[in-house]
Amino acid sequence: MKQLRVLFSLALALVLAISVQAQESGYQIGDKASDFILKNVDGSMVSLAGMSNIKGAIVIFSCNTCPYVVAYEDRMIDLHNKYAAMGYPVIAINPNDDKVSPGDSFEKMQERAKEKNFPFPYVYDKTQEVIKAYGGNRTPHVYLLNKEGNDFIVKYIGAIDNNYQDASAVTKRYVEDAMSAIMAGQSIAVTTTKAIGCTIKWTKTE
Amino acid sequence: MKILFAYFFLWTWIGVANLENASSNNPTVFEIITFDDFEKMMADSSPKIKVYNFWATWCAPCVKEMPYFENVQAEDPSIELIFISMDDGRKPERVTNFIERRGVKAPVYLLNDVDYNKWIDKVDPSWSGAIPATLFIKPDGSKYFHEGEVDENELKSIIQKLK
Repeated sequence: MKQLRVLFSLALALVLAISVQAQESGYQIGDKASDFILKNVDGSMVSLAGMSNIKGAIVIFSCNTCPYVVAYEDRMIDLHNKYAAMGYPVIAINPNDDKVSPGDSFEKMQERAKEKNFPFPYVYDKTQEVIKAYGGNRTPHVYLLNKEGNDFIVKYIGAIDNNYQDASAVTKRYVEDAMSAIMAGQSIAVTTTKAIGCTIKWTKTE
Repeated sequence: MKILFAYFFLWTWIGVANLENASSNNPTVFEIITFDDFEKMMADSSPKIKVYNFWATWCAPCVKEMPYFENVQAEDPSIELIFISMDDGRKPERVTNFIERRGVKAPVYLLNDVDYNKWIDKVDPSWSGAIPATLFIKPDGSKYFHEGEVDENELKSIIQKLK
């Protein structure tokens, strides 16, 4: 009986260790990003494979309610307008649970996309499987993907730039610098950055 | 004579009461600081466990957990609570209004440096940058970092483990 109990607690510890590991993991630079099929605000389903002629994508975990996201919305539009024609569209993904954060519901996403006239897909990761696979932990959180063969490889993870308050005071354009390096076939100087952001509103599992 | 004594006693009592009243009405410390200032603050030695809670007025889970921190501080004299605001440094009145409206007692510092990638790792390498987040520094200088929301019991058990 005692042995059984020891065995059981060992097994439990192992399961716990694995789940902690899974939470902390997510993509690193150079990893293959998995595709997704998520519902866009226009009702269509969006996937990387379904976007014709793309060479990559600027995937941004985003939402309606975070002031940092709001501060960056116009810059997200600019990024899309600049890079979509070159094969790198912005894809904004809202991972927030709408019970925990009612302002992040699909209907509110549709409203926000209409208000701001988003030129890029704004899709809902309702099951939070995509953000878990990517390892995003705040909004906004950028994953820059480059298509190599049939795979989408993670090239940059982090912030859009280094001043959310004032676009004109930015001194480091992380995403644009990474895009320039990709375009020029050079290696990216700064591949990961951190920024203050809003927590992901995870689904409660009670 | 008795009356005089009573008067004297009454006045002394009022005086002490006023003094106490005045000290509890002291305005909450509020200051706008740079990251250098914050680094010095982290390095200052203290006989207490310093608890730096990173928050912002617009952050719902942050605002929700603030009273838990103030409650624990009120009950536990071994804690020194400091709120670090991530609000917009150009609009400090949002923070001062919040302090007044909510009756925040612990000191509040607005860390006014938006070049986040430069300093987040210096607070703690495990921090993704999401708020709320809390840094605990023990009297011996060792650190414990918690990213995300806590409730009052979780907070107490973290502090218990650090003692």
